[in-house]
Amino acid sequence: MTGMELFQLMLLGLLVVCGISACLTKNLLVSLIIFMAYSVIMSVVWVLLQAPDLAITEAAVGAGISSILLFITLKKLRDMRREVRDEETDDL
Amino acid sequence: MKKQTIFDRLRRWDESEFDLTDALPLEEPVRRIEPDLDRDALPPIPRLEHGGVRTFRRLYPWMAGLLALVLVGFLLLAVLELPAFGSADAPAHNEVMARYVGQGTEETGAVNTVAGVILDYRAFDTLGESHVLFTAAAAVLILLLTATHVQEEPRRIRDIMERDPILRNTAKVLTPVILLFGFYVILNGHLGPGGGFAGGAIVGSGLILCAIAFGFERLERLLNYKSYCRILVCCLGFYSLAKCYSFYCGANGLETIFSAGTPGRILSAGLILPLNVAVGLVVGCTMYGFYAVFQRGRI
Repeated sequence: MTGMELFQLMLLGLLVVCGISACLTKNLLVSLIIFMAYSVIMSVVWVLLQAPDLAITEAAVGAGISSILLFITLKKLRDMRREVRDEETDDL
Repeated sequence: MKKQTIFDRLRRWDESEFDLTDALPLEEPVRRIEPDLDRDALPPIPRLEHGGVRTFRRLYPWMAGLLALVLVGFLLLAVLELPAFGSADAPAHNEVMARYVGQGTEETGAVNTVAGVILDYRAFDTLGESHVLFTAAAAVLILLLTATHVQEEPRRIRDIMERDPILRNTAKVLTPVILLFGFYVILNGHLGPGGGFAGGAIVGSGLILCAIAFGFERLERLLNYKSYCRILVCCLGFYSLAKCYSFYCGANGLETIFSAGTPGRILSAGLILPLNVAVGLVVGCTMYGFYAVFQRGRI
């Protein structure tokens, strides 16, 4: 087994670990960051599979844009939750 | 509150302390139309708790899991039907591949065979895909742009962001580099890895970084709603017309006015370069537009 194969196996194992832990973490923010890490690892895997086009797209879209959109959504959810909580304390 | 995983949240979204009926912005116009109507006097929104709904809720996660398992099974069956990865007698490894790899550069003029396949050999599929994407983007805009009140960013958060020296100085240094790299990837799509979609996504993330660091107002000088719509319509129209022209010529065996040129030159590969530019502009604007819609409810 060459070093390259070991590296590939390590990357694939990390993919599985990231995929499972992104679902099982208690904190949504941590889950998002793991999701970003998953995309970055996936783009390295695309390079190793000799698909540089896909690697660029995965890095730009998977790790960049979709994570930004998910972060904004998380922020909005927290804002909404805080507003609701403020209203409840006002009512009391 | 006990910490929950995503699955817990999905399963108990209806029981959590966060009640959606309070947070919906729908209540604003109601109050404005009937200003003297007290909020307590409104009829309470009935919680759907009769038997059928409760059974549905209890069965929902199991049925969803079952459906996912069935879909996974079908997909795995399809994968089993495929020839083994890298086997020599796979259909993708016979004359189709020989044609694409052997004569791709000669016929399309693109050194990057992927660009040649996507935008020339398989351009009909790509046109269909872009229609699917266009429908999805239109659906997102229809859903998110109907907010009756425009949500401005809170002044406080904007001030903090604009005063943050690390963010602003990093953005000052990085934004030109990111945009330049994005345009390079777009313009170089027929010569190396990349192309319209990837380059457009990079340009879009550069614009998003700019918007985060310097605020939407400054970016509006470059890209407001009007120019956004113009760019989108012009590029999509150009894409469809150019592809219609080449389909017409290709189906009737006519020579197109776009020659393949010398492979390796920047002005070569016929229609691939202009198509890449159009796709890149559309994707960049759409990514930035999604960010703006998510962040403040309008573009």
